[in-house]
Amino acid sequence: MTRMSDGMRVEVDRDLCCGAGQCALIVPEVFDQDEDDGLVVLLEDAPGREHEEAVREAGAVCPTGAITVSG
Amino acid sequence: MAPRTDQHEDTDGLPDFPFSRPDAVAPPSEWAELREGCPIADVRLVSGDRALLLTRIDDVRQLLKDPRFGRQLDPAKGAARLSTADEGTVFTGSADVEDLMTGGDHPRWRRLVGRAFTARRVNGLRPGMRAVAEACVDRMRENGNTADLVSEYGFPIPVQVICALLGTPPEDVDRFSYWSETMLSETKYDQDEILAAQAEFAEYMLGHIADKRARPGDDLLSELASGTGDAWMSDEQLMVTGIGLLVAGHETTANMIGKMVTMLLADRSRWEALLADRSLVRTATEESLRMDANMGVGLPRFVTEETTLPSGEVCPHSTVISSLSAANRDPRAFEDPDRMDLGRSPNPHIAFGAGAHSCIGQALARTELQVALEVLLEQLPTLDLAVPVSELQTRSGVIVGGLAELPVRW
Repeated sequence: MTRMSDGMRVEVDRDLCCGAGQCALIVPEVFDQDEDDGLVVLLEDAPGREHEEAVREAGAVCPTGAITVSG
Repeated sequence: MAPRTDQHEDTDGLPDFPFSRPDAVAPPSEWAELREGCPIADVRLVSGDRALLLTRIDDVRQLLKDPRFGRQLDPAKGAARLSTADEGTVFTGSADVEDLMTGGDHPRWRRLVGRAFTARRVNGLRPGMRAVAEACVDRMRENGNTADLVSEYGFPIPVQVICALLGTPPEDVDRFSYWSETMLSETKYDQDEILAAQAEFAEYMLGHIADKRARPGDDLLSELASGTGDAWMSDEQLMVTGIGLLVAGHETTANMIGKMVTMLLADRSRWEALLADRSLVRTATEESLRMDANMGVGLPRFVTEETTLPSGEVCPHSTVISSLSAANRDPRAFEDPDRMDLGRSPNPHIAFGAGAHSCIGQALARTELQVALEVLLEQLPTLDLAVPVSELQTRSGVIVGGLAELPVRW
């Protein structure tokens, strides 16, 4: 694997998620939504550097604070 | 001393809310004054009732995320009235409706309806949206080189999109637009007009629901009407859902297209920047949402228990209005908040609300705004305002904000 242990990590909280879809609109490579309930599905918990800015943006604009970005 | 509200108290001397704006897109000066000097402010509503107004984003976010408080404003329980009509408007409803929309049944509703508004589903609607927008431009061109961008572009696009999604006929637009507007009345309609319109709207939607149950089509109402088990919804629940989506789906986005284009054309350098770099479309629509100073009255909550916001205490039985527009210009959250920065990112504005009840259609609205802007940039790059911003008239007497018309030329 090419993942770096000190890279960005992403967590999502489906209990907080309201299905606004901002994350999936901004960076669909990392976030999707469940077809059954519209809630967030995390596709990649250690996204590559090419998605770093977009993932941070998605975390910052989530209306329920359901996305945690660390690293 | 903690601020409190009680609509029976003397409201003489309180500032009248909503405040007047300098022009169609500029914010009232009171927002910044209150945000700095009195972030939980006593105001008097058009009904004469007293309410508290929040203008800081931290206070607004916390209140909107608080699951204890709902939007239902029941005057019998001491809540203020938003409207001059006695019985209230869109923010008041029956108990079972409230259970579905804000109560214990809401998570189920959110799941059932939310899956139709995911980013993936909305992206699938993009080609259809684009075709609608292009057809609007074609019709505008056939009539010369001037148009009213509100009635000829901003309005028809979301109407066509939401009707196609729900499976209701867009040809009925004149009727459901009138019914919608009465539900959003602040001063424009009296109680009899509102009740008559709501009855007609309910009958209209129940007719469609009966039709969908009997002959399901490929649309959201049919999908919801065919649900069984945990996905089952009663006729009344479907009716409220259908009306809510139809009202929200066309009023807000239609208004926003006009306001967005106005802001972008008011300073030509913004339009030129977008023509030169289409990758700014997404962030420019977000910035337009943030800068929208004519969003309507804001989101009400009836605070039933003592609560502490970052700026102070709110007493029980207070009606609290969160000004999303004022909060979106809070310098604590946004650098240089009165400057329109088309590339602003991240842009954590709360134009769609915050918390579990934030707008369920926001991915749809965002995408419609982006497509509406993209098509104008492509098809009418020379677009310009045909009158100065100072002459633009806003809609009045309703709790949603928009332009009465937007004369443009190209």
